[in-house]
Amino acid sequence: MSTTDWPLWEVFVRSRRGLSHTHAGSLHAPDAELALRNARDLYTRRGEGVSIWVVPAAAITASSPDEKDPFFEPAADKPYRHPTFYEIPEGVKHL
Amino acid sequence: MATAAAQRTARTPADGAPDTVDTAAYQHAFDAAVAADERIEPRDWMPDAYRATLVRQIAQHAHSEIIGMQPEANWITRAPSLRRKAILMAKVQDEAGHGLYLYSAAETLGTSRDELLDKLHAGRQKYSSIFNYPTLTWADVGAIGWLVDGAAITNQVPLCRCSYGPYARAMVRICKEESFHQRQGYELLLALSKGTPEQHAMAQDAVDRWWWPSLMMFGPPDDESQHSAQSMEWKIKRHSNDELRQRFVDICVPQAESLGLTLPDPELRWNEERGQHDFGPIDWTEFWEVLKGNGPCNEQRITQRRRAHDEGAWVREAAAAYAAKHTGDTGETGATRA
Repeated sequence: MSTTDWPLWEVFVRSRRGLSHTHAGSLHAPDAELALRNARDLYTRRGEGVSIWVVPAAAITASSPDEKDPFFEPAADKPYRHPTFYEIPEGVKHL
Repeated sequence: MATAAAQRTARTPADGAPDTVDTAAYQHAFDAAVAADERIEPRDWMPDAYRATLVRQIAQHAHSEIIGMQPEANWITRAPSLRRKAILMAKVQDEAGHGLYLYSAAETLGTSRDELLDKLHAGRQKYSSIFNYPTLTWADVGAIGWLVDGAAITNQVPLCRCSYGPYARAMVRICKEESFHQRQGYELLLALSKGTPEQHAMAQDAVDRWWWPSLMMFGPPDDESQHSAQSMEWKIKRHSNDELRQRFVDICVPQAESLGLTLPDPELRWNEERGQHDFGPIDWTEFWEVLKGNGPCNEQRITQRRRAHDEGAWVREAAAAYAAKHTGDTGETGATRA
């Protein structure tokens, strides 16, 4: 690792208990501990979070935008997975 | 903010592929996304010129945040009270944060932070000309908050809807934080304006010096602006330089009245017909001179930036050495951007 080219980390912040961690941004840091501290200083200067995850950027595998349509296609022809697919006689309650 | 990491590591197959049929299809998809007000994301295909324009603009924006720390930091040790000192430190720290958000956004376009810093230090990428003016008195801290940050906000609010996702998201975060900057400046000027005659005169002097350079922050007039038309077509920019400048003038006039201060323009008056203020001509010769490097502080700003970078080298080296020693392979698992 060169001294200037620190690895990239993706930062996820939980804004309060009960909510999931949400991607906030990224930063460079030499190790996980400093990544956490830098993330605190960079992304939670106004109490935006109660918990932070830092993940090495290189550890993330993303789906490709070019394959977006075929990749998600299997869900497209299955409208029966939605409750609105089904016809229910008028007046039937609690269904 | 920067999107998921892996997104920046890969480029679409179209990159560098000489297949013109494919390129036309990609171009079509890109144009359609922009037309539909969708966001372009890092791994999407984009025209080379769009990418280059964004890198230039985001880098210049990031550099401005970082260089912009200097004129204000100049007054931290001499802030008149602990309250003002704490506020000013928080503000300067925010500017550092804004620079980092923007460098991250630029990196999603396939450039590296080192490259951007090298270009700044070598004078090959610019920063806003406003930061080449000196902060002569404490009142300048107020004038910068009110006028310079005010102009920046006027510029940046429409950038929250910029067609490039990571830039737009960085701007949302920045704009949220920026409003405290403007308000603290206004409050500071108001305190001086209502103070002793000397304090009032100091506030007026600061406004007199910062007004015109603040108007120049919106860039050259529309008919002389090199990149404007194309940037608006790509929806990187949403309003022209002159439009934003006019909006800023109209916002400032009543704010100056409430401050009990005047704006240094004898031609400034309400135009009933236009429903806007008329204002005097801007000295564009001064603007181009400052941009070329002949402003009052150009040399000082870049020298200070280089020195800060060089003097921080040992910290970066120590942190890297510590990481290598104590966490073994962290450097490898968290490999650098491809």
